[in-house]
Amino acid sequence: MNHMIYMYGTDWGMGRFPICSVWMILFTPLVAAAFITLFTGKRRGLSAALSIGAILISFALSLRLFLLFALKGIQHQPHPFEWLVIGNTVRIEFGMTTDALALLMLLVVTGVGSAIHIYSIGYMKGDPGFSRYFACMSLFTFSMLGIVISSNFIQIFIFWELVGLSSYLLIGFWFEKPSAVEAGKKAFLTTRIGDVGMMLGILVLWSHAHTFEFTELKAKLPTLGLSIGTLALIGALIFAGAVGKSAQVPLHVWLPDAMEGPTPVSALIHAATMVAAGVYMLCRVSWLILPSETAMWLIAWIGGITALMAASIAIAQNDIKRILAYSTLSQLGYMVMAVGLGGPTQAMFHLTTHAFFKALLFLGAGSVILALHHEQDIWKMGGLWKKTPITFWTFLIGTLALAGVPPLSGFYSKDEILLMAFERNHPLFLIAVVTAFLTAYYMGREVFVVFFGKPRDQHAYDHAHESPWVMTLPLIFLAALSIIAGWYSKVPDFLGPPHEAERHSLLLTGGLIAVPLFGFLVAAKIYWKADPSDAPVRTALGELWTLVENKYYFDELYQWIIKYVQGTIAIVCDVFDRWVIQRLGIGGLSVGTGLLGRTVRHLQTGSISGYAFLIGLGATVIIYCVVVR
Amino acid sequence: MTSAITLNDYLVVSGLLFALGIAGVIIRRNALVIYMALEMNLNAANLALIAFSKFNKLVEGQILVFFIIAIAAAEVAVGLAIIVALYRRKQSISVDQLTTMRL
Repeated sequence: MNHMIYMYGTDWGMGRFPICSVWMILFTPLVAAAFITLFTGKRRGLSAALSIGAILISFALSLRLFLLFALKGIQHQPHPFEWLVIGNTVRIEFGMTTDALALLMLLVVTGVGSAIHIYSIGYMKGDPGFSRYFACMSLFTFSMLGIVISSNFIQIFIFWELVGLSSYLLIGFWFEKPSAVEAGKKAFLTTRIGDVGMMLGILVLWSHAHTFEFTELKAKLPTLGLSIGTLALIGALIFAGAVGKSAQVPLHVWLPDAMEGPTPVSALIHAATMVAAGVYMLCRVSWLILPSETAMWLIAWIGGITALMAASIAIAQNDIKRILAYSTLSQLGYMVMAVGLGGPTQAMFHLTTHAFFKALLFLGAGSVILALHHEQDIWKMGGLWKKTPITFWTFLIGTLALAGVPPLSGFYSKDEILLMAFERNHPLFLIAVVTAFLTAYYMGREVFVVFFGKPRDQHAYDHAHESPWVMTLPLIFLAALSIIAGWYSKVPDFLGPPHEAERHSLLLTGGLIAVPLFGFLVAAKIYWKADPSDAPVRTALGELWTLVENKYYFDELYQWIIKYVQGTIAIVCDVFDRWVIQRLGIGGLSVGTGLLGRTVRHLQTGSISGYAFLIGLGATVIIYCVVVR
Repeated sequence: MTSAITLNDYLVVSGLLFALGIAGVIIRRNALVIYMALEMNLNAANLALIAFSKFNKLVEGQILVFFIIAIAAAEVAVGLAIIVALYRRKQSISVDQLTTMRL
């Protein structure tokens, strides 16, 4: 397909699609956020309407751009404007990328975002911070769209940090809860570690190429003749940013804690969009990573390890949202692994389908939580399928899609990654298959415990009710997308040149279908009963269960590191500050001045004769020096 | 045996006069006497200037001397006024008593 690319300068009305409306996709949510914060804080309905209106406008415009591109092959690419110029070496533009990758991501962010914004009306009803919530959501939407459309490294980095900020604000939304405040801080600081790496990577790259622009870098990179080591270093440093944002091992610890935020926030930021930003960024700069085998190897293995580890932790969690959080980690691991195996297209495919069904699962979980008046422990639920039928059916669809049961979307995207792993790296393929089994198993456990069996908290069960339509409608919308998003492999075709259909043996394909079914069967055997419990698994796994129940002791390890390493550094700094700077530096100066003053004041005798003598002596010495010498 | 008085002789006298003045300022305690010693310093300078003027056949030295005499007169007027004011306050003009500026 030959794409026509329209580039506009100051021309505002060319063609049937005015260029200002391309910029509007980005800036409408920012305007909404500013307006809510400044003017409509007290008027809750208006705040929600502004925020939802803004994202719907962005969604409509993105859809229009997307359709123009997909059907007619017209790409609207606004001309970048100059943003920062430092001397004549550094020139940073504020540009807008609207290639296939960006358009797909725009559609995912605004589409899923719209559903979640609408859902929030129901979920956040009656919250004292209602307007603030919507202002933060709009700010987040703006930042996320900024990442998507960025055309250079500095721009993406700035929006990257803005996303971190809005994530922090929303995790700590209920700031009167100490645990939420802690979680927000943890998320912000942990992702910062990765971001420092990313910044270093950008600077190293700049020191070689002297430009930040993606298109220029892509063209320039092969001509620079960088050594393998430099390429690997740049790749690994840039990847560090993705490790933080997409919560890969070893910086994954913040994501489960981020579930302290409101559930729609978990769905939008910590499942569908922001955490996927790391994967998106890797796909955006895949030309930078692909030449380095070391970096690719690192990325693939980090992704694989994250996938397996998070899936194994998820089997022993009791919080309905935490299970989903570990599942998100695990799926992000899949995507990162796909990038590492050289398949950014497959990664983006899985990112898209995952955004739909994971947002659906989180919103479903939110619906359950609200039905039970903010109960999150799965062992206090049970038998809910009769009480909340829409939530149950949509949640089931999400579960099946996540587990990869055909013909739902998750099957197609996961299948592509698994097949690619089978072709390129057998150990990783094994890890991915085990992860797929575990995924089906822990999702089966969650569904059976939450929706089946007999109610374990009769009082809560009696008061449970289906959610209002503003919440069920987004569920149905997302459920429909979760079903159809994978059909006909439309997404991969859209992103890249159609790859020739690889022929795989029927045995392999059949096996990949059987894996999740087997997982569900095992889960059903253990948990599909009136009064399920973890006891049989606990005894079967023994020590291993304790290990995964405690999340491999990562938090404890980091606590230990912080306590001893950071604590020691703090003590050294404290001693240095207290004794060297304060006592010796500032104190020494003050005491020295005082002593000098007290000594010199004895010269002030008040005797005129003495002064006259000194004046005479001084004059004599001066004259002697000037005249005689 | 009689020889002409040279410039050097004048300068030696001037220097001695100046040294005497300085010594007076340093040694004496009476403010009035210190004033007189100061006048001696000025006149030592005057003497040197006159001598230079005479031996170099230049008139500037003499002009300068007139200036110095005029300034010295003005200075004495101010200085004596201060001494009188001091005496009224302290009933003494001994500089040993004037140590209020000391810490």
